[in-house]
Amino acid sequence: MTDSISEERCQPVVASTGLDEFCIAGHTFQSRLILGSGKYDSFEAMRESFEVAETQCVTIAVRRERLHDSSGRNILDFVDPKRFVLLPNTAGCYDAETAVRCAKMGREILRGLENPGADWVKLEVLGDSRSLLPDPIELLKATETLVKQGFQVLCYSSDDPIVARRLKDAGATSVMPAGSPIGSGLGIINRNSLQIILEDLKHGDPQYPVIIDAGVGTASDVAVAMELGFDAVLLNTAVARAKDPIRMAEAMKYGVRAGRLAYQGGRIPMSRYASASSPEVGVISKRNR
Amino acid sequence: MIEVTINGKKQACEEGLTIANLLDSLGMASRAIAVEINQQIQPRDTHCLVEVNDGDILEIVTLVGGG
Repeated sequence: MTDSISEERCQPVVASTGLDEFCIAGHTFQSRLILGSGKYDSFEAMRESFEVAETQCVTIAVRRERLHDSSGRNILDFVDPKRFVLLPNTAGCYDAETAVRCAKMGREILRGLENPGADWVKLEVLGDSRSLLPDPIELLKATETLVKQGFQVLCYSSDDPIVARRLKDAGATSVMPAGSPIGSGLGIINRNSLQIILEDLKHGDPQYPVIIDAGVGTASDVAVAMELGFDAVLLNTAVARAKDPIRMAEAMKYGVRAGRLAYQGGRIPMSRYASASSPEVGVISKRNR
Repeated sequence: MIEVTINGKKQACEEGLTIANLLDSLGMASRAIAVEINQQIQPRDTHCLVEVNDGDILEIVTLVGGG
């Protein structure tokens, strides 16, 4: 039994600067951890988690403004749009048309804030509210429309390799397959499909960013994703709902680094049998078998 | 007076208001928001020009935490 990642196709890429950076739509990131900003008990805990995780990209959602409670604090008071790339999502949209409207709203808000992510969207078009899995047909439609309108579309996708390919072909800036359902904490369920996605999308295009989005439960899940060769991991609940979000944010930072280094280090093949670490010659005992 | 729907709620407002006037009256002028009228996004630089009409459906949105 050997690990089936094609070594030719998935060579690690180290930028010419020598730093292990990766690039989305011309923007370079040193951190490969993208964090969501939902579900924190407080804006303060969220801000501290971002600091500790050393993230450079943060997702946000678009929602109706409260008409009567204007004293409420805004998330922008806690996430500096000049420092973090803000990636607006279309969470809660169940059809292409609504998702496109939502993306335009996010862009309109961010345009006034000098944010590099203003033309970016984390495109979610969901199939149902129980699984929160993407509706691939509507997702593809929305991707085509938004690409035509100049958006950098980062697609939250299922782990279906053919859907992933169709999204890339439609002009998606990045395809972001789910490790498992949003907020489930089940980690990386379908490694084989995810490896096929990586091989396929990076074939002849090794810099194409492929990001694991959703399902992460703990730091080892992040390490697994990075070991497979993903460029980055996007997660929210695993930090925000952890008992101690700030400590978990730090764990995620190291999980990403460990997994990335392991990927670059190149893991040994798996084998059904043992391979002795000490010399086989000069042993003082007789072999049993 | 005219009647418009803002974020799903019907409400009366004066005739002839621009989007900017309306946002002022709602105390939202300086906030990080986007405005859509009848499912069409209204760029910020048009808020002083575009008037709100009877029966318009407005969405006024902002950014919140999300994954």
